[in-house]
Amino acid sequence: MERILSLQDVRFTYTPDDPDGRHAVDGVSFDMHAGEWIAVVGHNGSGKSTLARLMIGLLFPQEGTVGLFGDTLTEDNLWEKRSQMGMVFQNPDNQFVGATVQDDVAFALENNGIPFEEMTLRVQNALKQVKMDTFLDHEPQHLSGGQKQRVAIAGALALRPRLLILDEATSMLDPQGREEVIRVILDLREKTGLSVISITHDLEEALLADRVVVMNGGRKFAEGTPQEVFLKGEALTELGLDLPFAMRLSALLGEQGIGTEPGTMTERKLVEQLWTLRSNR
Amino acid sequence: MDIALEQVGYTYAAGTPFQKQALHDVNVRIPSGSYTAIIGHTGSGKSTLLQHLNGLLKPTAGIVRIGDTQVTKETKGKQLKPIRRKVGIVFQFPEHQLFEENVLKDIMFGPLNFGVEEEEAKARALRWIERLGLPEGTAEKSPFDLSGGQMRRVAIAGVLAMEPDVLVLDEPTAGLDPAGRKEIMDLFYELHEQRDMTTILVTHSMEDAARYADHMIVMHDGMDVLQGPPGEVFADAERLAEWRLGVPRTVSFQRLYEEGAGLPPGPPALTEEQLAAYLAADLGKGGGAS
Repeated sequence: MERILSLQDVRFTYTPDDPDGRHAVDGVSFDMHAGEWIAVVGHNGSGKSTLARLMIGLLFPQEGTVGLFGDTLTEDNLWEKRSQMGMVFQNPDNQFVGATVQDDVAFALENNGIPFEEMTLRVQNALKQVKMDTFLDHEPQHLSGGQKQRVAIAGALALRPRLLILDEATSMLDPQGREEVIRVILDLREKTGLSVISITHDLEEALLADRVVVMNGGRKFAEGTPQEVFLKGEALTELGLDLPFAMRLSALLGEQGIGTEPGTMTERKLVEQLWTLRSNR
Repeated sequence: MDIALEQVGYTYAAGTPFQKQALHDVNVRIPSGSYTAIIGHTGSGKSTLLQHLNGLLKPTAGIVRIGDTQVTKETKGKQLKPIRRKVGIVFQFPEHQLFEENVLKDIMFGPLNFGVEEEEAKARALRWIERLGLPEGTAEKSPFDLSGGQMRRVAIAGVLAMEPDVLVLDEPTAGLDPAGRKEIMDLFYELHEQRDMTTILVTHSMEDAARYADHMIVMHDGMDVLQGPPGEVFADAERLAEWRLGVPRTVSFQRLYEEGAGLPPGPPALTEEQLAAYLAADLGKGGGAS
């Protein structure tokens, strides 16, 4: 399978002149294949945001390499590589430039010199993909948080990226907004095979990923399927992370003498076990 | 200090084409010493309501009573100052309001502004820096050299240093990681208990409302549609859904379980511990194969 992203022993410090300075990212390696969804989780200060900046070339590592679409990322190929990536950031209010929804989505296309007719088509398609195509002429400031983030995603999609990076894109949204955005991403992934890196501390969101990378103290603490990673249980809570609801509840039930299968991560699976327990009594 | 809104209405930009009525005949009472959660969908009027709690907005109709003080549309700005000393608001993303050259000065700003002596203001600032678990030496640092979570704590310390009787929290943990969220919410709860404060939490998190509050106000379309303890508010999921609100995860799981087990809906489990105890009780005395 095609390798979209490849980090090799990446180290980065914000204080390169200080020999005792802490490395915000300290020897991290992982690969990502086309069509994968990877969630990068970690508490505030774990190095996950720095990692995101390294992936998009906002920062360059002092040691190690960041490979994108088969080449090592350098200052020379940065713009070419970046044109193949879409990014959505945390704050929905900080990323609007257009006066209307469609102007906003068109902005980057215009910058890239896309002809007008194709631009209109792409804008409409992108907005359709995030289910915002009935809002073409709405003013961004009158949208809800979830709607704003969907428009921001459309802006990224209009550029036809090979990789979409979401940097805590749902963390400022209310529960409905978060659900809207996650549903859109799930849908996109299914229909377009888009590769997605989601930097998040929402563990329910991480559960939906193909693979989870857990960051702590600038290092990769764990990597694997959500199943493999969340089985570490307490080791994760000690890092300041949370566990999925079903796992927390299973642990509490265990204290009450009710055993459930280890690694039950979804509410559906847990409730089914409880129903079985009930009817076997 | 009781807070009450009586027939309060608020219209933005009255008399212009942009006129919008954000509050409509709101009647709510926030009992002294309560931990009150205000919930409502985006646009329900909860932010406008919040701004009436310390006189940032004056009602365009009706009366707001804050302790012995009354606020109506006639109230002069000057008369509102004592209220602002008693009611402290931690706004969403309060770290955006940090501005001083060092943390100490930033926290002292509020108390000094309300006439607290320099010495006392400094003592308070240092006390709150410690209480909020900020590392030693934070006082001398520029607030802009701190991490996001630390900046949030400094901003909160700035409000707490005014030692308000009523603390209003507008989504105080938005953007924090789970551990940071829990730490801050537990701290507010501890302060609430120890200092006999009235705490008002505006939140999207039904889980936080269920866990911490003893009283709730539900806003919808600029009106107060329901008030009561969380156990009552979360008992009726269907009605909440009409207001585009959900129930805490614990309650939705409980209902799912009850439905499959053929049980009538029990009193809503407000915390995960309560839910586990409820399930254990049901499984323990479930009795015989069904």
